[in-house]
Amino acid sequence: MADQVLDAKGLNCPLPILKAKKALKEVPIGGTLQVLATDPGAVKDFEAFCRATGNDLVESKAEGKLFEFLIKRMS
Amino acid sequence: MGNEANTKRMSMIVTKGSLDWAYPPFILATTAAAMGLEVTMFFTFYGLTLLKKKLDLQVTTLGNPAMEMPMFGMHIGMPNLVSAIPGVDAAATMMMKNLIKKKGVASIEELRTMAIEADVKMIACQMTMDLFEYTKDDMIEGPVLGGAATYIETATKSDINLFI
Repeated sequence: MADQVLDAKGLNCPLPILKAKKALKEVPIGGTLQVLATDPGAVKDFEAFCRATGNDLVESKAEGKLFEFLIKRMS
Repeated sequence: MGNEANTKRMSMIVTKGSLDWAYPPFILATTAAAMGLEVTMFFTFYGLTLLKKKLDLQVTTLGNPAMEMPMFGMHIGMPNLVSAIPGVDAAATMMMKNLIKKKGVASIEELRTMAIEADVKMIACQMTMDLFEYTKDDMIEGPVLGGAATYIETATKSDINLFI
């Protein structure tokens, strides 16, 4: 179970990333944030976001139009 | 999140103030800030309107040959001539704003607030403020005044410099 869940469904770029950044602040280091999104661009965006910020993209999966990301806060 | 020496910096010169041109600078600034970059935005000429307390951004069909609006299940291009008809630009603006809301795209107000919260530095060009007779009172709290030299110094220290 993720420490925090962010529902970013229906939101378009750059909101999923911006809201995830904000939500991560509430996640303890080593904890996880689950993000739900419908923006297909978010797939590559979260990969880039995690690479740039040093956070771990533990999981990235798609179920039809729903995308789920699990991010582990590393710092 | 990365030490001082590793921090990347981005600067932008923002020269346009229509609704469509307002998006690239604010989307790039907020996203870059979310990814750990230090961002500076230098607003000049029509970009200054993006700093006004009350935003009333418009789009025009004039001179926008690539503008196609999704209507009636197709993309409809807008010939220059229609912009001469009263109300067309206002209708195009309203259509754009409705599309933005419908598609879950952030408003410029929202993006601007997020940029400020993310410590994006905003500089208002002193010369063009004076040129258009804008005062600090017309603008939101936060942006500082500066000139070209201020921007150039920032740019020499930035990894990414954009002219929008």
